[in-house]
Parts: sequence; C-alpha cells; structure tokens
Amino acid sequence: MKSPLRLERRLTQPRALGWQVPLVSIGGALLLGAVVLLLTGKNPIDVYWRIIQSGFASKTALRGTLVAATPLAFTGMCAAATFRIGIINIGGEGQFFVGAIGAAFVGIAMDGAPTSVILLSMILMGALMGSAYAALVGVLKAKFNTNEIITSLMLNYIAGILLDYLIFGSKSYLRDPRSMGFPTGKPLPKGSWWPTYNIGSAVIPFGFLLAIVIGASILFMYKRTRFGFEASVIADSPAAARYSGMRTRAKIISVMAISGALAGIGGATDVGNFRHVMDAKGLQLAGYGYTGIVVAALARFNPFSAVFVAIIIGGLTNAGYALQGPDFQSGLVGTLQGLILFTAVAGEVLMRYRIRVRNNEKNVAVAS
Amino acid sequence: MNSNILVIIAASAILYGTPLFYAALGEVFAERSGVLNLGVEGMMLIGAVTGAWASQHLPGTSWLVVLLSILVGAIAAGLVALLHAFLVITLRTNQTVAGLSITIFAGALGLSSYFANVWHVAAHPVNHPIRILNVGGWADAPIVGPIFFSQTILTYASWVLVVLASIYLFRTRMGLNLRAVGESPATADAMGINVIKYRYGHTIFGGMLAGVGGVYYSLTIVPTWVDGMTKGAGWIAIALVIFGFWRPDMTLLGAYLFGALQSLSLTLKARNVHINGDILNALPFVLTIVILVALSSAWARKRLGAPAALGVPYEREER
Repeated sequence: MKSPLRLERRLTQPRALGWQVPLVSIGGALLLGAVVLLLTGKNPIDVYWRIIQSGFASKTALRGTLVAATPLAFTGMCAAATFRIGIINIGGEGQFFVGAIGAAFVGIAMDGAPTSVILLSMILMGALMGSAYAALVGVLKAKFNTNEIITSLMLNYIAGILLDYLIFGSKSYLRDPRSMGFPTGKPLPKGSWWPTYNIGSAVIPFGFLLAIVIGASILFMYKRTRFGFEASVIADSPAAARYSGMRTRAKIISVMAISGALAGIGGATDVGNFRHVMDAKGLQLAGYGYTGIVVAALARFNPFSAVFVAIIIGGLTNAGYALQGPDFQSGLVGTLQGLILFTAVAGEVLMRYRIRVRNNEKNVAVAS
Repeated sequence: MNSNILVIIAASAILYGTPLFYAALGEVFAERSGVLNLGVEGMMLIGAVTGAWASQHLPGTSWLVVLLSILVGAIAAGLVALLHAFLVITLRTNQTVAGLSITIFAGALGLSSYFANVWHVAAHPVNHPIRILNVGGWADAPIVGPIFFSQTILTYASWVLVVLASIYLFRTRMGLNLRAVGESPATADAMGINVIKYRYGHTIFGGMLAGVGGVYYSLTIVPTWVDGMTKGAGWIAIALVIFGFWRPDMTLLGAYLFGALQSLSLTLKARNVHINGDILNALPFVLTIVILVALSSAWARKRLGAPAALGVPYEREER
C-alpha cells in the first residue's frame, strides 16, 4: 500500500519559510492542544483566551512574562549554541543550576562591594560554573566520543541532587542558618540585587537586556567569524573539517563551554534579578533547561531569535503561574510547550521537503 | 539469615531493577530496528499515570484490575510511541530532538502531570497495587526466599520475557529481519522486508514495554502517583541498552545493578548506616557516565553490536 502523500526534497529553501514554519508550528501545537483539552473536558477557546489575557494582554502580564522569559532566553541560547556545531546539549538545566549556585555564593560573599562590581562578578561566576560543567561533557565527547545527550542529562540530575545537598542535606554556606523547620537558601543582601529599568511603560529586567546583547554577539560570532565558520563546517561534515586541518575536538569543547556559560549566566540572572536566593526546589520545578530546548527549536536554533521566542514561551509559562488552580491544572503549560517542540520538529520537514500528492499511475502514463 | 544485608540488597535490586529492565528492553527493540527513542522517560510517566488511574477506577476483582491497569498503561505509552514513530519514520525528523520533544510533552512537567491533576490521581493511593507475592510459601526460605520467591508478578513475567526476547531476536526469522533493518535498511528493503512496518512495530512495542515499566512505579514501588515519579529511570534505561550490548540478557543484569544502586539509600537507612542520602542518590547517575565513557570508543561500539543504522532515517529514494 502506498501512502497518497510523498515527501520530495527541496533543492532550495525559500527565505519566507524561516518565519512561516514557526508560526505554522505554534498553530499546529494549539490545535493538538485543543484535542487534549477537549478529551479532558475543557473548552480550548476559553483556556487559550485566558492564557493570552494573563500572559500578554496587560502591563502586569507583560512584566511577569519578561521575568519568565529571561531565564528561558539564556537556556534557549544555550541549546541553540551547540546545535550549530551538530551537538545536542540538553544539559542546560544542570548548567543553569550550577550557575545559580556560583552566582549566589558570590552575591552573598561580596556583600558591601559596589553593586556594579558584584553584578559583574555574579555574571562571570555564573558563566564560569556553567561552562566548566558543560565542558566536562565536551571533553568526554571529544576525547572518548561519549554520547553527549546521556552524559549531559545525567549531569542535570546530579546538579539537581547537588542543589538538594546544599540546602537540605548539609549546613552549607548557601543555607540560611535562621531557617529551622524547612531549610531555605540564604537571601542575597540588597546590594547584590540586579536592577530593573522602566523604559516607557515597560518594566525590563537587566537580565533581559543582557540576553539581547549576548544573543546578538553569539549570532555575530557564528555568522561573521572564522570560529563560527569552522563550527558550521564541523556540523556539516566532521571528516571534511578534520582533513582541512580544523581542530574539531578543541572546537567541540569550546562550543560546549560557551553553551554552558550561557545557561550559567541564566542561573545568575535567576538569583540576582528575580529570586534573590538560591531556591533549590523552585529551580528544579521550573525546568528552565528543558523549556530552553523548546525555545531553541522554535527559533530554528538561531541564538538571537531565541531571545524573542523566549517572550512567547515565557508568556505561556507566566500565564501558567498566574492561572494555576483547580480549573487550570499544572502540567497543561508543559504539555503545550512539548506540543510546540513537537510541531516545531515536524515543521522542519516542511523546510526540507515539499509535500506532494502522489500522482496516480495512469496520469503518468498519459503524460509520457 | 534473611536479614543479611547482602540478601536485602539482592532482593531489592530485582525489585527496583524490574521497571528499568522493561523500559530498557523496549529500547532494545526500538534501537535494533534503527530507531533511537529518547522519549522513554515520558512514555514511562504516561504509563504510570494511566495505570494508576485504571487501578483507581476500573471495577472487578483485584487481579483482573491489576492486569487491566498494566494493559492500560502499556497502550497509553504505546500511543505516545506511535507519535514518536510518526515523527522519525514517516517525517524523518532528527531522532534526538523528536525523542526529547516526546519527553518534554509527556514528561514530569507535561501531559502526565496534567492527566494526574485533571483526574485527581494523586488524591489517594491506588486501589489495587501490584503485590509482592509469596510463591509456593517459600518467601521465608533462607537466602533464596526473599530474592526469588517474594517478587511481583511483573518480575516473574520479565524472566519469561527475557528468554522469549532472546529467542525472538537471535533464533527467529523475524528477529533476523529486525536486525537486518537496524544494520542496513537498504539491504533489508531489497530483500523484501518492509522496513517501515518493522520500525513502526518495534518502536510502538518498545513504548508499550516502557509503559509497563511506568505502571510498575505507580503500582508497586510507590503505590501512589507522584509527579515525575520515575526520576530519570527512563534515561538510565536508555544508557542500559548500551551497557547491555543491545542484548536482552545483559540488559537484565545491568538493570539489576542499577536497581541495587537505586535502592541502596533506602536499604542503608533502614539499617541505620549513615551515609549522606544525596551522595547515594547521585551514584546511579555518576556510574552511568563512568560506564558510558568506558564503553564509548568507536572500537567498543563496533564490538558491542550497536545497530549500524541507529538514528538514521530511511529514505528509499536516496540510496
């Protein structure tokens, strides 16, 4: 039995598909989500309307959305950055955690220093921790050809356990000694808090501006520098890259380190700009690293677009927080995000193939 | 004698290793056909939540409900696997990203949690847990009693399954065809084997086994639903396939090793041995990385029998 449709490889990719496909993906995800909602006895139009209302439709909604979007912008860039070299880093989650740990440590220890110095140190420490954690995966990949997907994932769980250990399992420096019954993290002193700016009627956290700047620089690095060129050659053909004398192993490790640094800065942002504490439970429940993969896929692995796609996904996340209750179950937002990734992946097929209705054999005979 | 710590560890290795084995065996089937399924964690959780729901709502005698719950979990997870199969076999998308999308969609923060909340699965424990049996009244026999005669029905079924799966893979025509599809789909196609059908069939069956593994979590290990209760077991199962050299028997041994590690912190705590629980919890994940590094050189992979076409979509027209 032959299927009536067939996929035909495109010879050229029209530019317009670059934004059409993500839009179609979101539409497709909303349709599939509507099926899930109908099956569980909900009215999809009502649910989607409320998501738009509390995610995007007011000043407070947008403010919350930018807060939710900032960490996702960083984890999205993190996932996008390695994809350019043909590696998949799903360790953004763990790299985000260790970045948060490093930044919280610096933020508390440097109490009293000028805010700008603390801020810079927190960013650097977050980046350093994240990149070291990711470089570990890169070294294993480059030296032993170890599957980076599984190692980076295992490191996510290990980082999660490290968070638990620091707050619940030991009397670490980051644990608040005043918290008796339920241990919590030590709050950051006010001097370590990152600023938030009022621009026009919008309230923009410093972390989000940082994400835009970093996203633009990463895109420049990939598009306009020798480093980025070599990375794309390695992605297309590792063998060709090696024969032409590129140092593929070193490149894999450095791309992983850059990617991890991005997630680590995201962790620093979470501590410095938003929570002002290393929140072991909250970080693990948020799943920023995994949602970052959704962001990256929808941005078609372009680090700069990822920052703006993060606003869409962040709006969804924010609406989830705002609406969560007996008639808006948690898990719904994650389901929708998964569906978006699902359709974004399927959408890549539209980029690469043309879908043709199979001609029936008779017509072909007549034509020839 | 039965309270000897080694006996307890061996018994709980089997108790905790069984769900890992089901999920890993499912992955063996999928990977043998050339499909990398990274959605195992999501499929396990869907199996766990639907199984728990079935146990709470289906009428009937206890053993019947248990059987039906296992079936419901398997079918639900099989449907999720069908989604994965469609993405990677028909649409030929990147198998890694497709598998991730399945785990994010169905996983701890996604559909499994949504179902649990909509159906109030977490509100009370399941009505009909899968009980630990006392086979022939031998459960109290020295040493062998706790290890071999007081396990659950799914453990005994898994022992039958490991034999059947080995025979299927290495002693039957279909098994030979399956391995051909995973090694060289073009050759298999030329031999008249329906590559697409084999890949769909084994990916879905693999997903169903992952679902059974999930049901084991919600009906035996913690007979109540907890969001994200498999805690990474699906990912360990994927790594287990590599440790098990893509063979059912070796996968079973690997699953028991990891089962022992997972239960270690509980066992030691019960014995008042004070080792930091977090360090013990991290052990399975650390060990996974260590073993993976040891087995991951190109030489080792070739010797171990990784299917040559693993992760590569098959396009008949692009040979």
